Amino acid sequence: MLEELGTTEQGDLIINVGPQHPSTHGVLHLVITLNGETIKKVEPHLGYIHRSIEKMCESLTYRQFIYVTSRMDYLSSHINNHGCALAVEQGMQVEVPLRAQYIRVIMDELTRLASHQLWWGAMAMDVGAITPFFHAFREREMINDIMEETCGARLTMNYMVPGGVAMDLHPNFRKGVKDFIRLFKSKFDEYDELVTHNVIFRQRMEHVGILSGQDAISYGTSGPVARASGVSCDVRKWMPYDIYKQVEFTEALETAGDCFARYLVRMHEMKQSLSIVEQLIDAIPEGDFQAKTKAVIKLPKGEFYSVVETARGELGVYIISEGGTTPYRIKFRSPGFSNLSALDHMARGGKIGDLVAIMGTLDLVIPDIDR
Amino acid sequence: MNAEEIKSSITAVFAGSSADEAGEWPVVAMDAEDWLNRALLLRDTREWLFDYLFCVTGIDWKTHFTVVFHLRSLKHRHSVVIKIQVDRDKPQLDSVSSVWRTAEFHEREVYDLFGIRFSHHPDLRRLFLTEDWNGWPLRKDYEDPVNMIKL
Repeated sequence: MLEELGTTEQGDLIINVGPQHPSTHGVLHLVITLNGETIKKVEPHLGYIHRSIEKMCESLTYRQFIYVTSRMDYLSSHINNHGCALAVEQGMQVEVPLRAQYIRVIMDELTRLASHQLWWGAMAMDVGAITPFFHAFREREMINDIMEETCGARLTMNYMVPGGVAMDLHPNFRKGVKDFIRLFKSKFDEYDELVTHNVIFRQRMEHVGILSGQDAISYGTSGPVARASGVSCDVRKWMPYDIYKQVEFTEALETAGDCFARYLVRMHEMKQSLSIVEQLIDAIPEGDFQAKTKAVIKLPKGEFYSVVETARGELGVYIISEGGTTPYRIKFRSPGFSNLSALDHMARGGKIGDLVAIMGTLDLVIPDIDR
Repeated sequence: MNAEEIKSSITAVFAGSSADEAGEWPVVAMDAEDWLNRALLLRDTREWLFDYLFCVTGIDWKTHFTVVFHLRSLKHRHSVVIKIQVDRDKPQLDSVSSVWRTAEFHEREVYDLFGIRFSHHPDLRRLFLTEDWNGWPLRKDYEDPVNMIKL
């Protein structure tokens, strides 16, 4: 073990964090080389929840494989499904009905809200505040209930299918979402008072785990992590899909690149997501919720790559088809994987106590990294 | 630069490379030779500036491997797909982890699942699987009677 780490000197301490550790939020295993309290190296060991989804997908049909992807980034399951549906639709050359596009975008943004709420609660808990976790889950529960009514699931939704969505909205959907918007809008002040303006929290977050814009690009980070370093990379802005072209929102950008900047970006994103849902909820057009597609989907020979913005960043779904009903090869470019690769760089030279704060602001979901 | 300009400018500079018609982004295919220097050129040439490597994919075509690099320029907002053919009997390719830092992780994943060796990689070990794992699971001829479920 000691030889393996290379730069280890006598007196250095090597500790393992995880795979069972509450602050790694899943089965992430970090081997940390310490000199006193200072971090010399952080080495992630992956694979504890590696299910080889890419291999599995090679023997699943284009309708089946979407359901597996809900299990990658389970906090963004709608958005994962959306990315896969877009890639398959690219190959099928099918036009998605407008109603389905509206529903998909609303669902995506609700998912982003739910994911950021969970992150917000867990983040505060990581640095020692228990109460925000309950506040966040209280509001997240409302989104889960809304989802449950329409999709029949609370976590792995499997709602989006090639050509549209699996079923129409529940009659209570609009009312539920409006109630949620009204309630959640009033909560931002509470969130700010409780956490954002909290002196202890600020001291744990500011000037910690700084990632420069240049490094953010070189490490291939995306989503809130990159945007907190001033890298404008929101897929919804630069490569809009479905009806994101028509939606008005601002891309959350910060330049400091520290933990607090990443925190602010996600807080800002929550407000933007809420505004997107508010813009769309009364404008859902009547019509079909699904395009007419064949029961068995066959894609032509070729390559199809779709990009979507999940709560963690850019998800790419890369289908290589040789014709037929199953893909020849599928690659998922998961945002967490690239974001994690920057962890070592961000943590080096910092204190061991800051590592948990840095990991918290990376918002890691381990099944998304391992796949 | 639009897709046609990217394709023609890249194929003009890299000998033996050819443009490919597939997908929404321009695709350029080339062989493994001199990949590290070419990667540096792709990143630093003023008209290209492909500074953002967002996806590395290995594909097993049974006769050979292809490693696909998806690159984007965050300044010019254009993308390119570079496909590199790798010999199946002696799978070897230059590591570009010194060009794009994120490649260190992505290349380890490709090594882990396809067995393609990246020369001059700082830390080429298996990423998901254990060190004593036999074989390369994403190869098409991989067989594992214990862990694989045939559908």
